[in-house]
Amino acid sequence: MAVSENGDEIDRRGWRYRARRSWQRHWQLYLLILPPLVYFAIFKYLPMVNAIIAFKDYNVVAGVWGSPWAGWKHFSSFFGNLVFWQLIRNTFTLSAYYVLASFPIPIILALALNEVRLRAFKQTVQLVTYAPYFISTVVIVSMTILILSPRIGLVGDVFGLFGVPAVDFLGRADYFRHVYVWSDIWQTTGYSAVIYMAALASIDPSLYEAAKVDGASRIQKIIHVDIPGLMPTAIIILILGVGNIMQVGFEKAFLLQNPLNLSQSEIISTYVYKTGLLNANFSLATAINLFNAMINLVLLVGVNAVAKRVTGRSLW
Amino acid sequence: MVAFNPDETSEIARARLKKRSLNVQLVDRLFVAAVYILLATFLAIVLLPLIYIVASSFSSPQAVSAGRVGLWPVDFSLRGYEVALRDPKIVSGFLNSIFYTVAGTLISVVLTIAVAFPLSRVDFFGGSLITKLIVFTMLFSGGLIPTYMVVRSMGMLNTPWAMIIPNAIGVWQVILARAYFRDAIPKELYEAARVDGAGDIRFLLLVAIPLAKPMIAVIALMYAIWQWNSYFDALIYLRTDALHPLQLVLRNILILNTQSNLGDATAMLERQQLADLLKYSLIVISTVPVLLIYPFVARHFTKGIMLGSVKG
Repeated sequence: MAVSENGDEIDRRGWRYRARRSWQRHWQLYLLILPPLVYFAIFKYLPMVNAIIAFKDYNVVAGVWGSPWAGWKHFSSFFGNLVFWQLIRNTFTLSAYYVLASFPIPIILALALNEVRLRAFKQTVQLVTYAPYFISTVVIVSMTILILSPRIGLVGDVFGLFGVPAVDFLGRADYFRHVYVWSDIWQTTGYSAVIYMAALASIDPSLYEAAKVDGASRIQKIIHVDIPGLMPTAIIILILGVGNIMQVGFEKAFLLQNPLNLSQSEIISTYVYKTGLLNANFSLATAINLFNAMINLVLLVGVNAVAKRVTGRSLW
Repeated sequence: MVAFNPDETSEIARARLKKRSLNVQLVDRLFVAAVYILLATFLAIVLLPLIYIVASSFSSPQAVSAGRVGLWPVDFSLRGYEVALRDPKIVSGFLNSIFYTVAGTLISVVLTIAVAFPLSRVDFFGGSLITKLIVFTMLFSGGLIPTYMVVRSMGMLNTPWAMIIPNAIGVWQVILARAYFRDAIPKELYEAARVDGAGDIRFLLLVAIPLAKPMIAVIALMYAIWQWNSYFDALIYLRTDALHPLQLVLRNILILNTQSNLGDATAMLERQQLADLLKYSLIVISTVPVLLIYPFVARHFTKGIMLGSVKG
């Protein structure tokens, strides 16, 4: 290859030459990119260096480097803690439940929208279902609490219609996961469907022509053309979901927590926050965080490798 | 496959096709009806809670507190909004949020362009290494406490800077902006600029940015909505109430049930009723700005999502 993608001739001389030439030509670009690079160094890479305190007994006076080494002490104290398995179970269950429950619904919505010929109706449904994505977590959680409230909420009324006594959804640990997952699905289904809509729009029109010629019904068309066309996108989204399974967001779980549901709502990220910032045990919190990040990285790389082998699809 | 079979007479074949297509048409009609019902259900599930919240916010404190409000205001009243707008904490939260959103978005957009434009240039030496280093921060991070320590050591704790700087650049937005710069600017323009002796920064300001206006609008709105909606940074970095953004004020009132200033209401029962009503009004007040601008950007968000998923 003597020509690069944009048609420039590729230089076969060494990288030193290319670097010098790039600097001479583009020194202004290097100047431009300097502030963002400093930002990434300070706020993204410096914390990775600071994470070394997971292996130390950090104290503020001695600082990161002056604090004495502690080896694997914090990790083993976390593994030995009674709360360890509970945290792992809570985090994993919540996340797995979420990934599985939230996977098919946007696909159904997108397939259904794709069948609609009435433009106005289609756009209304899309606009409305997409809207909750832009509502803040604080407001979503508040709405959830208000609507589920047995005293004033809407759901209590609906239960009343059927003569069922109102249930205190937030006061019982067993309900926490359902509340978390389904309120999230309520919020994000419209947004996720948009991704599938785009995938549907990019399906080769000649496939639909062929289906028509063959006299396929709409359902057959969905099964034989639409769904196969969605598969690549669906797989990528599933990979991302499974890969991030130990990375459930802090924001929402923390807001939905109360003393009554803590036995199921305490997840790794909320525990890290409490250990680190509320109890000021920096080293232990960092160790837990690091452990979680490592699991997550391994999961993401592993799931991606499996997906690549099985389906030929990969994130990178 | 329903192709003509040469052994049959064309008449039989045509009759078959017709019969089959009639069946297909019937099934299709039923199916379309089912699709409309399904979509109407989706619409109702999303819409009803929103209507309920808005209806409640315009009802009287007594009606809300007694759970009498359904999908239409009961005893129409604006008490909730009155109380909300007279509460100094809520007003200051609102103003703070506007400041953080405007300042944060400005800084974020400038920094994002400053990193994305060089990375979009093919002959920018070191670009692929820098891209890898930036994308890596999406996969792995030092974590909450180590980041907190950095912010603390920078002296940003309990200052507005903590709301603006530590999460100034989104990797997703960088990928998006880079792809846009790469695709939207014809290579000939670079050549022309080089002949004219225009430097890269001049080129960026006079040619690239005007060409990339739609993309810049999209990432600006992404940053703005994100900033307006976030509470976590404020929770960990800000101690002083006067600095709190709206979302944190909301969290205290809506979720922790901290009583806000309820004005002239003194009786216990009245206070409780007003506190209930206030929650609904606050939800509406804080969400309306975002929902007003969202329809204008939804279309571009879609493009953004697609770009991101294609370029990985």
